[in-house]
Amino acid sequence: MKHIVKILTLLVAVSALWIGLLQASIIPHGHAWLLPIYFIVSLGCYGLLMVGIGLMTFPTCPREGLLLQQDIDEAKEYLKHKGVDINSN
Amino acid sequence: MAEQEKERNKYSLIVPTYNERLNIALLVYLIFKHLPDVDFEVIVVDDGSPDGTQEVVKELQGVYGEDRILLRARPRKLGLGTAYCHGLKHASGNFVVIMDADLSHHPKYLPSFIRKQLQTGADIVTGTRYVKGGGVHGWNLMRKLTSRGANVLAQTLLWPGVSDLTGSFRLYKKSVLEDIISSVVSKGYVFQMEMIVRATRKGYHIEEVPITFVDRVFGISKLGGSEVVEYLKGLLYLLVTT
Repeated sequence: MKHIVKILTLLVAVSALWIGLLQASIIPHGHAWLLPIYFIVSLGCYGLLMVGIGLMTFPTCPREGLLLQQDIDEAKEYLKHKGVDINSN
Repeated sequence: MAEQEKERNKYSLIVPTYNERLNIALLVYLIFKHLPDVDFEVIVVDDGSPDGTQEVVKELQGVYGEDRILLRARPRKLGLGTAYCHGLKHASGNFVVIMDADLSHHPKYLPSFIRKQLQTGADIVTGTRYVKGGGVHGWNLMRKLTSRGANVLAQTLLWPGVSDLTGSFRLYKKSVLEDIISSVVSKGYVFQMEMIVRATRKGYHIEEVPITFVDRVFGISKLGGSEVVEYLKGLLYLLVTT
């Protein structure tokens, strides 16, 4: 099944639930009508929250930059020794 | 038993290059340093670099041997996806590793890819920057924001099952790579994402290992401004085709 079909199925199921709620009037109509808005807003909030958390906990590795520089110097030394010409033209 | 398997396995490292004469030499040195007891070959697919990348590779062949370093050049820039296909045709190993030449993928992680594969029998081992032990160095806030946004969007819409979609440091069983690559059509940046999403959908066993990513030290980053648009188009494309 294509992925878009899965997502659409999910949306249809949620819509069906919503219409069911509207019909059954378990909760006041005014609130039930606004549910899709709540849904979209909370989806947006979820996205922003995840991006926020992702940004705050973004794994960085400043030490790796230094380690790589050491590796590069070591490699350059070896290659020079072996006579490989690595200088830019 | 794992030791015996290690003896039999051969790893083909495919490295596409364009104007990487310095980086390819450094990379090859580091690969040999970190894989002392492993049977492997490095396949350099060079797209007609004008900076003399191919001459450097030939010199490296003189140092390390023509059976360990294979130069499989192409006449001009023909794209990343086809570069892998091209390299794959010449690969003699039963495993293939795909990595960038610009040293953002450090060869010191190769042993952990191999170990992970031996331990789990995975079809694909993919490097991820976004777990404990992984990380990125050299990105500004904007780059981080774009990356996180793109990741949240893709995780929400595609459910890919891996934490790092656009990373391209990966180890594949050769047959698996051959199977997936034939069905991938995207180019450039989206290519890596399509590979891993298609692999997930086909039900292949995918494992992750943490890697650190140090943004290119030498040369300019090849990602352009239209990257975001391409990414969104790619996401949409994957939504309707996978």
